[in-house]
Amino acid sequence: MKYDIIVVGAGHAGCEAAYASSKQGLKTALITANIKNIADMPCNPSIGGTAKGIVVREIDALGGLMGRVADISHLQIKMLNSGKGPAVKSLRAQGDKIKYPENMLAELNKLSNLDIIEALVEDLIVDSATIKGVITSDEKTYICDALILTTGTYLKSKILIGDTSKNEGPHGETSAKHLSDRLASLGFELQRLKTGTPQRLDPKTIDYSRLQEEKGDETPWTFSFDLEPTYDVAKQHKCYLVYTNAKTHEIIRNNLTKSAMYGGYAEGIGPRYCPSIEDKVVRFADKERHQLFLEPESAFYPDLYLQGFSTSMPIDVQEQMVHSLEGLENAKILKYAYAIEYDAINPLQMNASLESKIVANLYTAGQINGTSGYEEAACQGLIAGINAGLKLKGKDPLILKRNEAYIGVLIDDLVTKGTKEPYRLLTSRAEYRLILRHDNADLRLREYGYKIGLISEEQHERLLTKRKNIECLTEDLKNTKIHPQDINDEIKSVIPNLNFGISCLELLKRPEIKIHYLIQYLKKEYPKDIYEIVEIAIKYEGYIAKTNREVEKMLKLESKQIPEDIDYEKVQNLASEARQKLQSVRPKTIAQATRISGVNPADISILTIYLKKYYSKDGKK
Amino acid sequence: MNENICAISTSLGVGAISIVRASGPDVINIVNGLFKGADLTSVATHTINYGHIVDNNEIIDEVLVTIMRAPKTFTKEDVVEINCHGGISTTNKILELLIQKGIRLAGAGEFTKKAYLNGRIDLTQAEGVNDLISAETDLERKYAMNRTLGNLSKLIIDNRQIIVNIQAKLAVNFDYPEEMDNIDMTHELVLKELSTVKNNLEELLATSQDGKIIKNGIDVAIIGKPNVGKSSILNHLLDENKAIVTDIAGTTRDIVEGTITLAGIKLNLIDTAGIRSTNDVVEQIGVNKSLEILQNADLVIYVLNNNEPVTKEELELLASIKNVQKIVFINKNDLPSKINLDLIECNTIIYGNTITPNGLQDLKNQIISLFKLDLIKEKNYNFLSNARQIALVNASLERIKDGIQGAKDGIPLEMIAEDLKEAYDALGEIIGVTYKDELLDELFSKFCLGK
Repeated sequence: MKYDIIVVGAGHAGCEAAYASSKQGLKTALITANIKNIADMPCNPSIGGTAKGIVVREIDALGGLMGRVADISHLQIKMLNSGKGPAVKSLRAQGDKIKYPENMLAELNKLSNLDIIEALVEDLIVDSATIKGVITSDEKTYICDALILTTGTYLKSKILIGDTSKNEGPHGETSAKHLSDRLASLGFELQRLKTGTPQRLDPKTIDYSRLQEEKGDETPWTFSFDLEPTYDVAKQHKCYLVYTNAKTHEIIRNNLTKSAMYGGYAEGIGPRYCPSIEDKVVRFADKERHQLFLEPESAFYPDLYLQGFSTSMPIDVQEQMVHSLEGLENAKILKYAYAIEYDAINPLQMNASLESKIVANLYTAGQINGTSGYEEAACQGLIAGINAGLKLKGKDPLILKRNEAYIGVLIDDLVTKGTKEPYRLLTSRAEYRLILRHDNADLRLREYGYKIGLISEEQHERLLTKRKNIECLTEDLKNTKIHPQDINDEIKSVIPNLNFGISCLELLKRPEIKIHYLIQYLKKEYPKDIYEIVEIAIKYEGYIAKTNREVEKMLKLESKQIPEDIDYEKVQNLASEARQKLQSVRPKTIAQATRISGVNPADISILTIYLKKYYSKDGKK
Repeated sequence: MNENICAISTSLGVGAISIVRASGPDVINIVNGLFKGADLTSVATHTINYGHIVDNNEIIDEVLVTIMRAPKTFTKEDVVEINCHGGISTTNKILELLIQKGIRLAGAGEFTKKAYLNGRIDLTQAEGVNDLISAETDLERKYAMNRTLGNLSKLIIDNRQIIVNIQAKLAVNFDYPEEMDNIDMTHELVLKELSTVKNNLEELLATSQDGKIIKNGIDVAIIGKPNVGKSSILNHLLDENKAIVTDIAGTTRDIVEGTITLAGIKLNLIDTAGIRSTNDVVEQIGVNKSLEILQNADLVIYVLNNNEPVTKEELELLASIKNVQKIVFINKNDLPSKINLDLIECNTIIYGNTITPNGLQDLKNQIISLFKLDLIKEKNYNFLSNARQIALVNASLERIKDGIQGAKDGIPLEMIAEDLKEAYDALGEIIGVTYKDELLDELFSKFCLGK
């Protein structure tokens, strides 16, 4: 069979990649080892979270699936950091592990030019350093012009519980044994990474009276810019807070050598940002307790996920650990926690388009690139699908800049800094987070999705209306004057003595004035999201302007191209560490070079002077 | 890979000995080719070797050659220092020979630049080296040495560390909002920690004023009518310090009569042309210039005659330098007092006599106490010494103040975090860890050749 694009793996990255490819009108195949596991959530049941919730909105803005599928598949949703400022707010939903994959599959089935094939890919066909197709374990050959690998944790996966290990993927699936050897033989540098997942407990065996409830927000939310909330806020499922105690810690400390990670049975590197419980107890020895959550996994089967308790202890120790927790003394463990190791490539070997530097037309996305998390995977899948399509059409790739999207931050970090542990997005990784907000993702990115063909006319129209509304409300605020005799009680409560008439816009600049104090004075009503976005723009004008100035500076350096043919051996006076890093990353611009760790300001000066001396402005020698 | 460079490191023409220095991968080999004595390529590192510099069998000079192999050298490269006899012709001849053999003449500040680029010193240390070389007083040297050792860097690093700690705590709050056992960075906590940084930076800026005094000295202008005794005062001050009087004729400050040290600090004594109304054009130019000097001086010593009433002109002049630090010295205290003191606005008045002489020690003590010179000596010398550093600390301080104001106004903490980032970067620029385009070129162009 011959396809334009083949996607290997149907996890969160694979689904988005296949969707983006098909939507660009390309004949696409999605090959998965098990159709039942499409868009599976083998770990945490949540979608979104800090920074990640903003990524889900960015995916939606570009025309991807995750946001709108999550909106019709969740058990609970809330806005995190709602008490903090606008730039760190982010949605997090508890996804239903049955409904989410079902709804995702339904979306994919709508695509007439997408074939979903059940097979295990074990070999690649490569000719003249260009990908030509794949061979499956049943020895069938599929030919393609571009390939997207989204293999998740399945490359030589190994599951570890205590001192026992099995060479299989999540749910006892077959792991891909030969594919990573093939990649290695092509010149890919592989690294061994690790992640873990905690126990699943029987909901009927928990003493809820001793746990603290965590409810969803009373305000209804959606990730998607196109959907209205359809769920009943009162019927959201609850989560529960659980705490570890001195006894739990003692059990862990006494059994440390039995843990796969501490007993030396594992070689992979786990994420610092999502440590196992034994890691937490060892590294933060003076902390008296650690916080855990009990989260429902689905409305269709009874199962609670014990978030924060991931471990690679043997099962008898896990029994003791779980039963030491207050309220969980009699909890029945349905599934034990495990650690999983897998192969990932070195992301420094790929371009910002997610195309490999080694094999042309081969793209990678998700955990194979060293990231962790469904959202990180999904956004890369979307970008890989978009860029593979653009390449086949002879167009320039979509490379989002760090000031445009968290997706841009994620990919730039991967291809510039590489990663030695599973990479997770954090708001602190974004230097321009004041402008990378959940409320403006569509304003930032929807035009791109529209140009590529992932955003419909109707969706685009909605964007234009939003822009118009923002403009109108801003004008309205500017033109509406409030006089001392007209002020309402809300304004009076924060400004007791208003001595002269003032425009709503000027008033809104004061930290203590909220936009809803002013709505009654305005000419007309606007959609809720418009109030929020205009309020942020006006109230934090100074801060946003500052960020924009920083962006300008970065873009100036971003426009200083480094020629492809540069030989760093010839650049005199570079520190040797810098030389080596520059050689391996091969940054495209001076701005990217400044972000490489180990490349110091002095090295950048030397590089800039060298470029000035030996290259003309257009990058010619 | 790295180029070989050389330069004359001592000032030309003065002193019995000159040093020609070379740094780079091949300098030991090249100098060895010009050297008659031990085989320099095989001598131990950090040794001094006696021999002769020869050119085609002609002996140029009898020399001592110091061999220092990488990496324990100033530039972290192989360094050779040729100690030759002072005098322009010999020194130049040796330099020429090195250049002939392929060692390039160093650019301004290039040795220090190499030290910086090879990771031996950071930017504040590089600037410290520059100061050390031009240090004239003992105190100045101590202070420059301190910076060369990185004391200022440490202070900057410590304050950056406080800022990063706040940032890290904020990041935990932003990225892990549901971890309730973490410290909640409230506006109050941020305010408290930022106040510490603010105080530290303000203190650093306050002491940087002392730094300027240590480095540049105090400009003291002595004025008064002819014959009032100002020359005597000048001479008394200079006489006692004959040994360290330097003649700076030919410099732009051609009115500097001499320099003395007082409590370890340099006083630049400036004589001014007579100041009085005149119709003579040439003289008027001189008068205007004098007025300008007075206004820019750190201290004016105004000499008056005890035996004469103060004139209208003198009062006008005093009024025109109202904002300048002043000491009024009333000379000729042995004669009957005819001076109308109530007209003079000045807190520090000293009576004395330049003939006996008396009052001159009082004058010096007054200068010491006015500028707290005795205290400077006791302090730690972590001063910022140039406009670049001071501007950056100021910029950082401004952002910290913005952050403090924001915290008071209840501005969202992620906005305040932006101010902190800028404050952090500005401090980083002082020690050269934030990238800025022309920073290096600008900095190193200020160095003199061969340091």
